[in-house]
Amino acid sequence: MNHQKAYHFQFVLLMAILVVCFFVNVSLGSVHIPFKSIFGSLFGSIDNNTWEVIITDYRLPKAITAVLVGSGLGISGLLMQTLFRNPLAGPFVLGITSGASLGVALVILGSGLFGGFLATALISKWSIVIAASLGSFLVLLAVLAVSNQVRDTMAILIIGLMFGSITAAVVSVLSYFSSAEQLQQYIFWGFGSLSNLSWQELLIFFGIYLVGILLSVVSIKGLNSLLLGENYAKSLGLNLKQSRVIIILSTSLIAGTITAFAGPIAFIGLAIPHLTRQIFKTSNHKVLLPAVFLYGAIVMLICDSIAQLPGSDYTLPINAITAIVGAPVVIWLLVRQRKMMF
Amino acid sequence: MSKDHNNIILKASELSIGYKAKKAESVVASNINFELEKGQLIGLVGANGIGKSTLLRTLIKVQPALSGSTILNGKDLKSTTSLELAKQLSIVLTEPISSKNLLVYELVALGRHPYTNWIGSLTESDIAIVNNALKLVNIEDLKTKRCYELSDGQLQKVMLARALAQDTDIIVLDEPTTHLDMYHKAYILKLLQKLTKETGKTILFSSHEIDLAIQLCDTMIVMQSDKVIFDEPCNLISEGVFASLFPSDLIVFDTTSGSFRVNK
Repeated sequence: MNHQKAYHFQFVLLMAILVVCFFVNVSLGSVHIPFKSIFGSLFGSIDNNTWEVIITDYRLPKAITAVLVGSGLGISGLLMQTLFRNPLAGPFVLGITSGASLGVALVILGSGLFGGFLATALISKWSIVIAASLGSFLVLLAVLAVSNQVRDTMAILIIGLMFGSITAAVVSVLSYFSSAEQLQQYIFWGFGSLSNLSWQELLIFFGIYLVGILLSVVSIKGLNSLLLGENYAKSLGLNLKQSRVIIILSTSLIAGTITAFAGPIAFIGLAIPHLTRQIFKTSNHKVLLPAVFLYGAIVMLICDSIAQLPGSDYTLPINAITAIVGAPVVIWLLVRQRKMMF
Repeated sequence: MSKDHNNIILKASELSIGYKAKKAESVVASNINFELEKGQLIGLVGANGIGKSTLLRTLIKVQPALSGSTILNGKDLKSTTSLELAKQLSIVLTEPISSKNLLVYELVALGRHPYTNWIGSLTESDIAIVNNALKLVNIEDLKTKRCYELSDGQLQKVMLARALAQDTDIIVLDEPTTHLDMYHKAYILKLLQKLTKETGKTILFSSHEIDLAIQLCDTMIVMQSDKVIFDEPCNLISEGVFASLFPSDLIVFDTTSGSFRVNK
């Protein structure tokens, strides 16, 4: 569209901010590493072996994870808000997180039932990732199956919420019969974490994320016609059922893997699209999708940098930071605008 | 009525409309026959709840017909794909659009979707058609406004421009005059008449403005509880169709002026 031109400046600026945030994020942490050495380790090698390891094996994967998580959650939130014509929708309305938490709860909390040796074998990093993926995948399958039966998209929204209630109930029952240690471990998973991803894990993460992003790019035209409502979209030749499946699939892949690898990270998915709409004053997804990508990545990097508590040895749960930092921003924006743009 | 078949855009024969539940069929209207010609303005009138919207929803393929056939440009509606349909028939509905944050220009440009590539890029000719659509309904000055800034009358014109940009043989409007004041009601319907003459498109609209429709339409579809009549307005008046449209205890039809009066 001919209004896209006007946003060139914003896009260049955002990309510059993203690059800066990325380097700042990599340079912050409990061990102080000078900026020069950071560049050295990223684009060559440095003498200090400990620093090298900290950066390439710990901070760099974490910063990349932050970019993937922030952009991915933002984009899936955008898809859900347009599909469900609801500004309150986020990536998790389809019950994806609930499915993942059920899977993780079964592994962590349910492992007590299998006893001794098996229990320790079960609670490895990978078993949690697989359980979370499997959980969200099963919920996704259920939602997709239902969405083919139901004509009304709003009904799918409610059904997603119902799935959430059911899984929450099962998790409560499991918690009731679990030990304090198991509960603590489950709660720690719920805090979300961007760190501890190896390069190999990151590669798998990125592969699935990329498929989801490509599906969302393919949906851009359909999303734009959905801005008029479903009947209008259909009258414009959109295959509504097919588009709906692609959009739901895209969201599930992105949000599902993110939850599997980084835990249920709240708030970003809901807030980033709104933040973007306030600044890029458009509903055109051709502009919104890349803008949400950049904003999501930037906000996540900033939140992670704050969570590191620079200069200290502590790392705060990322899930708390996203909401503490982000919620006031959104409140302020909405109060100022006095209107929920959509 | 001319029987030149080349000029017929939309033809309904023995059409029966209604809703299908699990087992029972609830028929809203049946035995519907009409032929809509190129460049004509057709009004669809009838009392509340008589099935005007159901008929329109059937014609635009939002819901299936119970029986009978609808032929659009010589092809049965049932075998028309949604993309083919999008290039031949555009709609303006009563339901509000989901996003009021859209620019008027963006909204009108969405009408080009059936013709654009996978990501919806507008070509030079698409842009020319969009601009022409804005010009036809005289809203070029609203181009950079957002939809939430518009009045109901303006929004209706924008939605009409979007349908025009879709460049279809027929445009179907469901009650385009609701929520509008008397002036804008007449303005929109007069505009529809002008568009049929200027662009050669067929425009079918449902309305409760029977007086205005009688004055402006080439032909009318009148839905009554027991039958659906299709004819020119003057014939409908002389046959007394409008007189029996509503219960006569409250309003009566005056054949000389072609309008309804309240019984005093």
